[in-house]
Amino acid sequence: MADSIRNRLSLTAGLLALGLVSAAQAGDATPEMLANACAGCHGTEGNSMGPAAPSISAMDPLVFVDTMEAFKSGDTYSTVMGRIAKGYDTAEFEAMAEYFHAQPYRPAPQDYDAALVDTGAELHDRFCEKCHAEGGIPLVDEEDYNILAGQWMPYLRYAMEDFRADRRELPKKMRSKLEDLLERHGEDGLEALYAFYASQQ
Amino acid sequence: MKLSRRDFVKTGATATAALGLLSAPYLARAASHRVVVVGGGTGGATAAKYLKRADPAIEVTLIEPNQTYYTCYLSNEVIGGDRQLDTLEHGYDGLRAHGIRVVHDTVTAIDPEARAVDTAGGERFEYDRCVVAPGIELLYDRIEGYSETAAETLPHAWKAGAQTALLRRQLEEMADGGTVVLVAPPNPFRCPPGPYERASQIAHYLKGHKPKSKVIILDSKQAFSKQGLFTQGWERLYGFGTEDSLIEWHPGPDAAVVRVDAEGMVAETSFGDEIRADVMNVIPPQRAGKIAQVAGLADDSGWCPVDKRTFESSIHPGIHVIGDACIATKMPKSGYSANSQGKVAAAAIAALLKGEEPGTPSYINTCYSIIGTDYGISIAAVYRLSEDGATIAPVEGAGGLTPSDAPDWALAREVQYAYSWYNNITHDTFG
Repeated sequence: MADSIRNRLSLTAGLLALGLVSAAQAGDATPEMLANACAGCHGTEGNSMGPAAPSISAMDPLVFVDTMEAFKSGDTYSTVMGRIAKGYDTAEFEAMAEYFHAQPYRPAPQDYDAALVDTGAELHDRFCEKCHAEGGIPLVDEEDYNILAGQWMPYLRYAMEDFRADRRELPKKMRSKLEDLLERHGEDGLEALYAFYASQQ
Repeated sequence: MKLSRRDFVKTGATATAALGLLSAPYLARAASHRVVVVGGGTGGATAAKYLKRADPAIEVTLIEPNQTYYTCYLSNEVIGGDRQLDTLEHGYDGLRAHGIRVVHDTVTAIDPEARAVDTAGGERFEYDRCVVAPGIELLYDRIEGYSETAAETLPHAWKAGAQTALLRRQLEEMADGGTVVLVAPPNPFRCPPGPYERASQIAHYLKGHKPKSKVIILDSKQAFSKQGLFTQGWERLYGFGTEDSLIEWHPGPDAAVVRVDAEGMVAETSFGDEIRADVMNVIPPQRAGKIAQVAGLADDSGWCPVDKRTFESSIHPGIHVIGDACIATKMPKSGYSANSQGKVAAAAIAALLKGEEPGTPSYINTCYSIIGTDYGISIAAVYRLSEDGATIAPVEGAGGLTPSDAPDWALAREVQYAYSWYNNITHDTFG
């Protein structure tokens, strides 16, 4: 499934590069036209001014499409995102994914508790780094990354609340790591993690 | 075949340059396209910025009388006391940094034949394409006794800035036990949920500071935007429907206000009731902003018909009308709509100037209303151009309202997302 989306994405990109797919084909809006409409909530080029809406620039295209499909189906809880996601089809998600992937990521300029950062970094290395490599930065030349570094803290909190309340699909490995983290470090451990991610500016 | 202006200039330039008849700077200037944007609100500023993003070679001039712009959106929080007015103020240096020429002047005439805009300052700006984004004109004369002068006593606060501050000050000066009358306008008008968010914010202030007071909405309509959600919020927060309610809503046509008395502080309804007020907020009927009327861009409805793919006027080719002033059936008149339309128009204009067919448009609207502390609601829609091009149609099965069973934490999140939306849309527009 994942591979098929990725193959389709590169196929579309390739055809676009060759000029074989015209923007007007099948009434399709250009990736930029589709993506520009998102800026009202997610910022110009997907860099959010915060405090709650996440930045979506430089996202892994596969993650982007999966995330949008989950909002659309309701598997991931949202306030307005799901209502808006229902307005698009997979091909449009793919087009937007390519656009946002190409936008440079600007970490959120935000306040954080500097005293928590070192603890947060240690906890990240121990519980999160295996999947969220290199401190959760955008690894735009690689695959399957979620951006945590420099993401807005209120967003990280909301997402974590949703994971813990089963309002967002929690992968098996993440569930066990999270349970382990909470058992050893409690809510303070999460706060330290958020501070670590916020400190990466 | 008719040569476009660009082709003509190119051909002419090559020929004349070869003969050495024209100076180089003139040629450089003549080769680029000029777009004049009339109005520096959300729609105009967005269009100007996204025109530059689409094609930096376009010379974009934005003409706006005010040095800074106060957004109407979130201004109800200033009236409720939770926000300072200066947080809504945006200058134009951001647009200047993108290479847009910002001129502070008032456009007095647009000549669609000569393709030129004239200003009160005596300047003339020629254009290849023009964007008109004048917002709304308030129709003071539709309510007997109301006028621009009366608005100094009975503020509309429907254009943010001094009027917002005035209404806030009046609420602060009002004694506990006072009555605030809010006169809600007939459709169509800027920001359909706005009057009801305002009533909520006034009630929010009264609840905390003047609990013996109340706000009475005198409406010309029998229904309003997000009505179920507002009513539910009012019941939960302000005792709506009980004897002690901080909010009363009186529907039209009986409660439509036909006359106001700024000295006696009385509003008279079409039914003949006279309601005394300590503070009166009169939001009058509206139509497209004045320059749209002067330039003949509006039809009998008072609003501007446009091609919904490009926002080009159906009356005067070469002029694109966006935002509150245009007829964008079925998009509401909102800040998000104006921003979204600005981008669609900018992409279309950039294409047309290159002699290309405008692409397929895509539009979004999201409107938040903050009813009280940690209590936000929203409506959202994704739009596409209908096949016949006649409507900007919401995608079926998408969009819609905050669910009526949304838990408290979700309503609290919506407030935070409203603030996020504000930061993002204003930066996207003016930054």
